[in-house]
Amino acid sequence: MTPVALIDSGVANIGSMRAALEREGAHVTVTRDWNEIARAPRVILPGVGAAAAAMRELDALGLSTRLPTLKQPVLGVCLGMQLLFSTSDEGGQTRCLGLFDGTIRRLEASAAARVPHMGWNALQILREHPLIAGLDERSYAYFVHSFAAPVSELTLASCQHGQPFCAIVARGNFMAAQFHPERSSAVGARLIRNFLAMS
Amino acid sequence: MTTTQLTRRLIPCLDVRDGKVVKGVRFRDHVVMGDILDLAMRYRDAGADELVFYDITASPEGRSVDRTWVERVARAIDIPFCVAGGIRSITDAREVLFAGADKISVNTPALERPALIRELSDEFGAQCVVVGIDSKRIDSEWRVNRYTGDPNKTQQLSIRTLDWVRQAQELGAGEIVLNCMNVDGERRGYDLEQLKAVRAICEVPLIASGGAGAPEHFANAFALADVDGALAASVFHSGEVEIPALKLYLLDRGHAIRPPEPAHA
Repeated sequence: MTPVALIDSGVANIGSMRAALEREGAHVTVTRDWNEIARAPRVILPGVGAAAAAMRELDALGLSTRLPTLKQPVLGVCLGMQLLFSTSDEGGQTRCLGLFDGTIRRLEASAAARVPHMGWNALQILREHPLIAGLDERSYAYFVHSFAAPVSELTLASCQHGQPFCAIVARGNFMAAQFHPERSSAVGARLIRNFLAMS
Repeated sequence: MTTTQLTRRLIPCLDVRDGKVVKGVRFRDHVVMGDILDLAMRYRDAGADELVFYDITASPEGRSVDRTWVERVARAIDIPFCVAGGIRSITDAREVLFAGADKISVNTPALERPALIRELSDEFGAQCVVVGIDSKRIDSEWRVNRYTGDPNKTQQLSIRTLDWVRQAQELGAGEIVLNCMNVDGERRGYDLEQLKAVRAICEVPLIASGGAGAPEHFANAFALADVDGALAASVFHSGEVEIPALKLYLLDRGHAIRPPEPAHA
C-alpha cells in the first residue's frame, strides 16, 4: 500500500481520483496540510476548474511556494498539470508553479476540432519513461479541457486536437497528464500503477 | 485501426427512478431495467465511452438528484459519467460533482432560469456543464419541452429549439445533448434532419439522443449529422445492439472510435 497525498485544492473533483488510486492499492490521504504533503511518498495535484481560482487557493494554503520544493514523485492531473507550467492564459495571465517551462494556451476551435476538447483521444508516444510503460499509440485516454500545454522536449506523449499539444510530461520527480487517468479505463489505471510503482 | 483525432463517443443512458434504471417508450410506461451499479459496470466492461444518468423524476418532483448512488458509481467505474436531474444551483451541482460525477447536465432548471448555465460555467468550467434539450416538432418548428420525466407535467414551451441552443452556448454550455422526442424509443434512427440543423449552429460538442435501433443509425448520426457522440438507452439495455460489436462495425466503416478494450484483469 503506497501512501499518497491527494491535494485538496478546493476546486478539484477529488472523489473519483481517490477511488482510482484506491483501486490500484494506494492508501490515500486527502489533504491541504503541508506537513502531510511533504512526508507522503507520492503526491497528486488534481484539478478541475479554472487556473486563476486554483492558484489563488494554493496561495492561500501557502502551497504555491512549497510544492516546487518536493523531492518525491509528484503527479499533476488536468488542471493540476497546467498549474505546474510557468503561466496560463486562462483568466488573463495567471502565474503558475513554474516546474515546466511554457505557457498554457487556449485550444484553437474549428469545425474539425471543437472546444472544449472532450472525449477519448489517442496518445502519441514521443519518448520512453517509466510513467508510460505499457502505453503505446493504441492507447486512448479521456480528455476534458479547453486549455493545453505546448509540446516540448519534456513531453512524453502528445495528443492531436486541431493542433498537437502535450498529453504527458515529466521532468525529474515532477510528472503530469492532461487527461484524466481516473476516467481513462485500463490506460489510466496503467499510468496510475506506473506512478505508484516508480522508484 | 488507430486514429489521431478525437473519437466519437457511444453513451448508454440510464434513466434512474427510485434508485433503479428504467426505460419507457416516448417518455411513458417506465419499466425497471436493473440495478444502477450492475448496469454501470456492465457498460464499462463493454467499452462504453461515457455514461449518463438521468434522475428522471427529480425535476417534476421539485427535488435534486439522490447523491448516494452517484458516490457508489464514481467509486466503481473508471469511465466518465454525467448526472442530470433537478440540479438548480451551484450548491446542487457542487454536491453532485464532489460525489464523483464528471459532468452535470441541466434541462428544466435552465429553462426556468437560463442564468443558471452561466453561473455553473463560471464556477466549474464549461466542460462540466451539459445542457440537455428535449425537442419536439410542432407545426414545422422544433420546440423545447420541459418536465419530460413525468408525462402529466410535460410542458411544451414556445421557445424554438435552435434559439435555445444558441442561447445556451452564449451562456457557457460546454456540451449539448439533443433529445429528439418525436423519435425517442422507436428505434427507427436518430432524427438526422433536426441534428443537422442544430449541428450547423452548435460549436460545442453535440450528442444525439433518441431513436437509435441499429448499428447503421449510429453510423448515420456520425457521418451525416457530424455529432460528437450518440446516446442510446433501450437498444443497449435490451442487448439488441452490443457495444463491442457496434464499435467494430463503426471502425470497419472508417469512423473514429475508441476500440473495444480487451477483457480486464
